[in-house]
Amino acid sequence: MKKFFTLSLLVCSSLLFGQDYFPENGGLKQAETQYTALTNATIYVTPTQRLNNATILFKNGKVVNVGANVSIPNNTVVENVAGKYIYPSFIDMHTNFGVEKPKRASGNGRSPQYDTRREGFYWNDHIMPEQRAMEQFKYSSKKAEGMRAVGFGVVNTHVPDGIARGTSVIVALNDVDGDAHRIIEDDAAQLFSFSKSVTSRQSYPTSLMGAMALLRQFNHDAKWYANGNSETKDRSIEAFNTNKNLPFIFESGSKTNNLRADKIGDAFSKQYIIVGGGDEYENINDIKATQASYIVPINFPEAFDVSNAYLANYISLEDMREWNQAPSNPKILSDNGVAFALTTHELEKPASFSKMLEKAFTYGYDKTKALEALTTTPARLLGKSELIGSLQNGRYANFLVTSGPLFENGTVIHENWVQGRKNVLNDKNQKDIRGDYTMTAAGRTYNLKISGDATSPKSEVKMDTISFPSKFTYADNWMSLSFTDETTKEVYRTTGVIPKDGTSFSGRLLLPNGNDSNFTAVQTNGFSEEEKKDKDANEAPEMMPITYPNVGYGNVTQPKQQTMLFKNATVWTGENAGVLAETDVLVKNGKITKIGENLSVGDATVIDATGKHLTAGVIDEHTHIATLAVNEAGHNSTAEVTIEDVVDYEDVDIYRNLAGGVTSAQILHGSANPIGGRSAIIKMKWGEPAANMIYDNSPKFIKFALGENVKQSNWESYSRFPQTRMGVEQMFVSYFNRAVEYQAAKKTGNYRYDEEMEVIAEILNGERYISCHSYVQSEINMLMKVAERFNFRVNTFTHILEGYKVADKMVEHGVGGSTFSDWWAYKYEVNDAIPYNAAIMAKQGVVTAINSDDAEMSRRLNQEAGKTVKYGGMSEEEAWKMVTINPAKLLHIDNRVGSIKEGKDADLVLWTDHPLSVYAKAEKTIIEGRTYFDLEQDKVKRAAIKQERTKLINMMLTDKGGKGGKKRAPMKKDKVHLHCDSVH
Amino acid sequence: MKIIYNILTAFVFMAATTLLAQQTPGDTQSEVLIVNGGTYHLGNGNVINNGHLIFEDGKITAIGEGSTRKAGKMIDGTGKHIYPGFIAPAKSLGLIEVNAVRASDDEDELGEYIPNIRSIIAYNAESKVIESLRPNGVLLGQIAPQGGRISGSSTIVQFDAWNWEDAAIKMDDGIHLHWPGSFRRGRWWIGEPRGYSPNKDYAKQVSEIKNYMLSSKAYTNTAVANEAYKAMQGLFNGDKKLYIYADSEKEIIDAVTTAKEAGVSSVVIIGGYEAHKITGFLKTNNVPVLVQHTHNLPSRADDDYDMPYKLPKLLADAGVLVGLQNADASNFQTRNLPFYAGQVVGQGMDKETALQLITGNTAKILGIDDMYGTLEVGKSATFFVSEGDALDMRTNVLTQAFIDGRAVSLETHQTELWKRYSGKYGQE
Repeated sequence: MKKFFTLSLLVCSSLLFGQDYFPENGGLKQAETQYTALTNATIYVTPTQRLNNATILFKNGKVVNVGANVSIPNNTVVENVAGKYIYPSFIDMHTNFGVEKPKRASGNGRSPQYDTRREGFYWNDHIMPEQRAMEQFKYSSKKAEGMRAVGFGVVNTHVPDGIARGTSVIVALNDVDGDAHRIIEDDAAQLFSFSKSVTSRQSYPTSLMGAMALLRQFNHDAKWYANGNSETKDRSIEAFNTNKNLPFIFESGSKTNNLRADKIGDAFSKQYIIVGGGDEYENINDIKATQASYIVPINFPEAFDVSNAYLANYISLEDMREWNQAPSNPKILSDNGVAFALTTHELEKPASFSKMLEKAFTYGYDKTKALEALTTTPARLLGKSELIGSLQNGRYANFLVTSGPLFENGTVIHENWVQGRKNVLNDKNQKDIRGDYTMTAAGRTYNLKISGDATSPKSEVKMDTISFPSKFTYADNWMSLSFTDETTKEVYRTTGVIPKDGTSFSGRLLLPNGNDSNFTAVQTNGFSEEEKKDKDANEAPEMMPITYPNVGYGNVTQPKQQTMLFKNATVWTGENAGVLAETDVLVKNGKITKIGENLSVGDATVIDATGKHLTAGVIDEHTHIATLAVNEAGHNSTAEVTIEDVVDYEDVDIYRNLAGGVTSAQILHGSANPIGGRSAIIKMKWGEPAANMIYDNSPKFIKFALGENVKQSNWESYSRFPQTRMGVEQMFVSYFNRAVEYQAAKKTGNYRYDEEMEVIAEILNGERYISCHSYVQSEINMLMKVAERFNFRVNTFTHILEGYKVADKMVEHGVGGSTFSDWWAYKYEVNDAIPYNAAIMAKQGVVTAINSDDAEMSRRLNQEAGKTVKYGGMSEEEAWKMVTINPAKLLHIDNRVGSIKEGKDADLVLWTDHPLSVYAKAEKTIIEGRTYFDLEQDKVKRAAIKQERTKLINMMLTDKGGKGGKKRAPMKKDKVHLHCDSVH
Repeated sequence: MKIIYNILTAFVFMAATTLLAQQTPGDTQSEVLIVNGGTYHLGNGNVINNGHLIFEDGKITAIGEGSTRKAGKMIDGTGKHIYPGFIAPAKSLGLIEVNAVRASDDEDELGEYIPNIRSIIAYNAESKVIESLRPNGVLLGQIAPQGGRISGSSTIVQFDAWNWEDAAIKMDDGIHLHWPGSFRRGRWWIGEPRGYSPNKDYAKQVSEIKNYMLSSKAYTNTAVANEAYKAMQGLFNGDKKLYIYADSEKEIIDAVTTAKEAGVSSVVIIGGYEAHKITGFLKTNNVPVLVQHTHNLPSRADDDYDMPYKLPKLLADAGVLVGLQNADASNFQTRNLPFYAGQVVGQGMDKETALQLITGNTAKILGIDDMYGTLEVGKSATFFVSEGDALDMRTNVLTQAFIDGRAVSLETHQTELWKRYSGKYGQE
């Protein structure tokens, strides 16, 4: 053992580049003086600068000169590599090479942990800018070998954990020399993500919108801290500020998170480099608009195993399309001029990188662009173009020697040089021995065919027409072949060295009886190029059209704004005009322009509405569809988060809502906290990006909540304030007091910007409205009293199931009610919930709406309004207002939508029957003059889905699959329908 | 100790309020009652316009067109609509009162194969949720235990009773089996990916069920009693039906085939989301479907938005015997049963056919059609009078309801609060 230790030390010291000022005790100190030159190569100094018959000269790991006429010093080891190609080696700027993934903190269940466990750092454990990959990094030769095998020479590596992850290290994949050489930059970039650290169980943030708010607040705090305002030390902020001029790399992980990350960066004048999701082709215009540079994974999904028709049924069109379309991502990004680097990130093993890249090429990705994305682009993004990414003088001698043009079929990488150290992948001097041979062994003659890959060929042994099982290996110019002669059932083994010249080889034959003999193989035919050509003929696969959104029922083209004339409709105006029989309505430029009889306009699309009912679009005051998050449950007050950050435009429930006549909705934060997050008020513009769905100049809303949910009564949680309704009141008082004090401090100019306080202050100033989840009369009364004490009014009580008990007080306070038609009995606080609630409140003068809080019910809100006729005897006109103009009033959008009135937005529904009836169907749903749902169009979409599914299934059936024909088992995403109580 | 005392006090208090709010069951019919005039929706697909209905001793003795001269206490049906009482299958009504209050929950016992667990034992005839169903016309229900593979035995009850013995109209009518899914949600806590993937244990689970059925069948009364096997016997001699919860094509076929091979005489599918793809199979095997209610979202992203709305129609059009259930909805939703049926009318189903989905068809499927489900002479006088079309929420307004000829209260805890607070505000 001791001997081995000494030996390995000796080996190391003799191979290492010496560090000048280090003493040497293991031998004689000797400086490296030799140059190395590779001559007569085709050299790509950069992806676009090609030199023919050129030489690259390097010493001590760096390029000394490159060009066609390089003078070669005497003390140079020269190698003629005529016919070979030299390229700068690749850079992967997003890895965790040599850094172990942190282990998940073990928990003891029970109550969540709300506070940090660190001292002297930021208050949130998931913010760790002080974390340095350099301190955890441990070079791994094995991992390096894997990366070099596919062409990489340099990686940027970080600790893949936390929201602020600290700094990364740039490392050359140089096995020979130590960290003193191979580490190119200790603190290369600051890393960020939306994912919490697994090492801490601190609850906040539990949601994507919480992570966004946390990052914003941290940036504010860092600025404040930099100005010397803090009296305590915060090592997290200090590290962040120290490294603020480094590149910021944000691992977003999806096409929409890209936009979210970019938005945060923009707010603080920092352009992030974004690690995308590989799905940018789906919203390429928005991606382009970020003007960010990207790091893009190419983990294209495998085909599904669709051989079982029952199971294949479960796979969504969206997921099938992903298989078909994702390989187009690099091409589409590139065609749109988005700057990006490629990465092995998200690949299970780097070995699959080449295969994935090949797939991208079949989709038309340009090979020069690919080389840029692997060399000059990452070098530039890391600010290290002077050292890596190209082969100009002074750069590291990081290059690939290949048999032909890179990325071409049949081209192999012979060598991957890192910092002047040669790593042989496929011996370039090894002869191509593919071809047909006549082999003589033990007096018998066989036909041997060597084919396949030049560097690792395969064999076929035949006698006459009978094939014998055989195994062939070929390395370091030695071949060995074993085969079973099927006629004698005997196994023969041969080994032989391949001569430099000639077309035959011979060697030793090991006979079945253990004796030795000889064999010879004489080439009869050289390798035929036929096979190779076949492979080249790989045609570009057929790609399904991308729809908006890119899921089932998405639009191929967006609906156009039309001039429409509805003739002879029963028009439910929702205004004093009431219900008008046989009336025409004209829509132009997205607005309702005329209501009357016998209207005619030349260029209008005329819709015969005889026997049908035309109403304003249904408005849902309380929904949780179309969002990626509902609750930020990590704190009891979360005014800093906003649903606007997480609107999900791809949710098929938007389309289903349209099919139920819904045109607008408020997506509310959930009811986990007394002070919840801000709302998004949207129009159901299916096919538009999230930003276009949100109302322009949207009224500002925030969710508050009372009762069992905020007390956490119905699950195991005993550590969070408040646990009683008494505590809920004091919490509001405390926050409002603080907001008053915050505003006072703000006026003096000496304050710490606090997004949460900013929002609560807006409530006090009457600029933001509260929609408050509420059930029992005591708490309803309480919040009105708290508001009155702070001199503002509660805008809406939502749910408000005991509103009927305090309707008189509500009128006096001036608050509206938005309730369920008939829900009750699901928890203790709804014991006294009655379906007559809406009618009693409305009759008492409360502006009353019926809402859903449910993805299923929201598409039948017309029927839910109909129930108020049954329960409490509302008139039909008043009942209808409960899902149109009344919620519009509660949302302060009644000047734009909610009724049929000249000048209002043309958000309309044409119903087949009385709109309050269970028998009615929405035939057309229109927003601003665009038809977003149409029964006839829906039929066309259904047929198209069926057709496309069939086509993709057939394509998958014939797909060769991944390694060994591997395909993915069918799967179905777990669609979670979110409610108030959902912790997301 | 003090805490326990407080909890006990709370219970006593709750119990007291419950009792106060509870409506008193109707008295046994003592005189001849006659409904004159109105539209009679028979529940078998037929309608009688401007007819009459006579009932005595809890049974219908006459129904027909025009008016009758028979002497009796008159109920004016002019302009009104008369329907058989709606039937809600596969519910845990009376087994749980408030979902979030564990102390009120008796619906799911421990154990995977527990056919001897009987719903009727825990049935709370005085549930406030149950009384709230009557004003919408839902007068009968099948009370089923929940959870496990075989959850236990159900009993069919009427919704106006002093106690569980009074309530039962068909004791231990069936056994409820939850068929395993061939696709299942990833158990992420043991490292499986989230989302649904093929259930690798499916074949094993199916064979487990089959073995259980065969073992039950082979059971004979021996010295060692096996209550579970005893409870299963009815399945093989025709006394009980087997209600199998299964949604997709493959599971339904496996379920029906397995049960038939094991000698189960009567199988009903509950759920049946993909039953429309195998209507031929269902008809051949004479298997009816209690289809999931219409106020549901499609199960899969690419499904037609109105798939749940039209599913009953697809099955009925193909000739499958079909009824509606809302097993997966909260119990309080059961009062929306008529509107689930109404929803299918919007898809083009005839109103009287839609009515059968919650009356005549359901009675046939549950095996109580000798007495309930339709308005026919000789059957129980279990029906109601509505101001208008009872399948539409605007017009479902009941004026009278009868169960076995007893006039039942249409008041509830909720109507009382409504009246109390309308009175407070002077609203009419």
